[in-house]
Amino acid sequence: MSISRREFLKIAGASAIVGLGGISAIDILLPGQFEASQLEKNPKALIGKRWGMVIDMKKLDEETMKKCIDACHRIHNVPNFGNPKDEVKWIWKETFEHAFPGQESEYMGEGMKNMPFLVLCNQCDNPPCVRVCPTKATFKRSDGIVMMDMHRCIGCRFCMAACPFGARSFNWRDPRPFVKEENKEYPTRTKGVVEKCTLCYERLAVGLKPACVEESKGALIFGDLADPTSEIRKVLGLRYTIRRKSELGTNPSVYYII
Amino acid sequence: MLELAIKGSRKYWGLIFFLLAIIGIGFIFYLKQFSYGLGITGMSRDVSWGFYIGQFTFLVGVAAAAVMVVLPYYLHNYKKFGRITVIAEFLAIPSVIMCMLFIFVDMGQPTRVLNVLLHPTPNSVMFFDMLVLSGYLFWNLLVGWTVLGAERKGGPPPAWIKPFIYIAIAWAPSIHIVTAFLYSGLPGRHFWLSAIMAARFLASAFSSGPSLIIILCFIVRRFTKFDPGKEAIQALGKIVTYAMIINVLFLGFEFFTAFYSTIPGHTHPFIYLYKGLDGHGKLVPIMWLSTILSLLALILLVIPQIRRNETALGIASLSVFFALWMDKGFGLVVGGFVPNPFERVFEYWPTKPEAFITLGVWGIGFLVLTILYKIATSVKEEAVFDKYGEKQVRT
Amino acid sequence: MYDGWKVILGLIIFIGIVTFPILYDIGKASVPPPEPKIDTPEIQKMVEKKCVEPKSFMKTEHMVLLNNWRDWYVREGKTVYLTADGREYNISLANTCMKCHSNKKKFCDECHNYAAVKPYCWDCHIEPKEGGQT
Repeated sequence: MSISRREFLKIAGASAIVGLGGISAIDILLPGQFEASQLEKNPKALIGKRWGMVIDMKKLDEETMKKCIDACHRIHNVPNFGNPKDEVKWIWKETFEHAFPGQESEYMGEGMKNMPFLVLCNQCDNPPCVRVCPTKATFKRSDGIVMMDMHRCIGCRFCMAACPFGARSFNWRDPRPFVKEENKEYPTRTKGVVEKCTLCYERLAVGLKPACVEESKGALIFGDLADPTSEIRKVLGLRYTIRRKSELGTNPSVYYII
Repeated sequence: MLELAIKGSRKYWGLIFFLLAIIGIGFIFYLKQFSYGLGITGMSRDVSWGFYIGQFTFLVGVAAAAVMVVLPYYLHNYKKFGRITVIAEFLAIPSVIMCMLFIFVDMGQPTRVLNVLLHPTPNSVMFFDMLVLSGYLFWNLLVGWTVLGAERKGGPPPAWIKPFIYIAIAWAPSIHIVTAFLYSGLPGRHFWLSAIMAARFLASAFSSGPSLIIILCFIVRRFTKFDPGKEAIQALGKIVTYAMIINVLFLGFEFFTAFYSTIPGHTHPFIYLYKGLDGHGKLVPIMWLSTILSLLALILLVIPQIRRNETALGIASLSVFFALWMDKGFGLVVGGFVPNPFERVFEYWPTKPEAFITLGVWGIGFLVLTILYKIATSVKEEAVFDKYGEKQVRT
Repeated sequence: MYDGWKVILGLIIFIGIVTFPILYDIGKASVPPPEPKIDTPEIQKMVEKKCVEPKSFMKTEHMVLLNNWRDWYVREGKTVYLTADGREYNISLANTCMKCHSNKKKFCDECHNYAAVKPYCWDCHIEPKEGGQT
């Protein structure tokens, strides 16, 4: 039986694809070795359906804001690149006219316009960043936190384009040399992935409040927005609050008392 | 048929090695980027997409433009395009390859690229973009290769290719619409948040793509014996004319909505691009050059006596191509990020490594194009007569 | 053979490339098998020297366990792992595994270097300092 070179190459190529594909398929479809019953939650963990925050600007001064920012960036090994191009920040200060563009007026006092606000990821209930992520590397947890999976992020930065609040940062280069003192109990990131505030999910898991909330001396009220009896709901019911760019429909979970 | 690509004149091999050199330089710079990180480019926390994604956006349009030749021929039997359907499809293939390469070099973690396939996310437009781009590449390879192979054997293409041709025709607008959706569904970027973004993309695709096909037809006619045909080139010229008119009109519509409504979120990016904002205006000369070239091209194209002159048509096509390359490959992407969500201006400009990597990817595209066109023109030179019995080679 | 010399030359080059890994090491001393050390101060302090799972299981499946831990902790928010015999562990590479196995160079790297495997965990997860300090 003679076979032409072309036929031979065709058969060889098809066999290779079937062989490799078959092996991968078996690998993927094999049952796993671990049972779901092997997992538990820490009994001390804080449980909520939709975590949120009220930032009472009346109670925040510049020194406390700096403490909140430093605490967050320190325990999460956030690098300090020292230039606005590569900058990575999870929580920072922004003036009123820049944090709430369109809300300022020409007759507003300079003091109000330049009043410093603490801004961070708004942990939206309808997050556009989650909608656009092609790998679900950023996703919404059942407790409302918009989470980052650094292992899965491919660094496409679609989420950064989608976020209306500029809350996300990208590691344009290796961050390790720029982390002042490493917190050994939390990983750093590597170059090529996006990061942002994740509402201290690792602290919530062991019963602690987020670091910025702890440092804020009561200016940051943290709680479960879905629980009508929570302190945060009482505050929201009594006081007038504003949210950043709420007209865009992303439903932010961070409220401000001015 | 691939063996046709290894037999060529000195000029052909000179071109191949020149392109390989450009690719090599780009590759070395890419290694630098791979080890240092994307910070080697001009992108920043505020302008997080730049030249690479801009080139991808522009090239998706060029790739889709093959449909402007294939649709009239297969759906409406426009015989004059019979000789150049393969030419158009063989432009779509390197264009899509370049699109995928630009996405690849733009990724922060390129080794994890398979995550997009391993964790499919139907709500993400980028997931669909990957699907439609891969599909389009496959259809064009299949259709172009089969049709050319049939021409080489001297007979009609096999009947089973017809449904794939129709699929490819319907698929072509989709790659462009999906790419436009990457931009037009983002709530925080008012420069992009426009319903006609997808329509603008189609109009600019059908101007820039066919104008490149016209230029390539002139080059092919000059350097090979294959003659694409005067009428085909003129028909393409008419397509570019109408598409460019619509494209410029659409841009005008965007200007109207922004400046008549005076909403700052809409006007500020335009002011940044065309006048400068807060003292920053790096892109102003580029946007105006793009505008001037567009208007020059329109004047040359709209007047039939001028359009019929092939030199003028060539100049007009080059103008269209470069004007849209600047507008879509640079202005569109940067404009969405400036000013940033805090209404601050942080500018962007590509760096040297970024430029060389970009050149390297274009080099790969042109290499694939050269090889494919060598094969196609060799087959057609040998066939001498096209399927309508007309001579398609110059003596 | 038509163009025979080209074919034979090509074959020689091909065989050379394919067998290069073997040819490169001819005559070199064989590499001794890896010996990961588990004599860190923390492990020596333990009464019952048990890892999360039995040694034989960990030897072959620790990568699978870590991958699962990663997805359970990050993506599902599950923080405590229950072994088959009822012991509880916090799911964490740095704060559980590396607390006992604090000698990465003499433990993890021993086998990884031997097998020429470079897991990228350490790009992000901070390696414990040598000498068992935390």
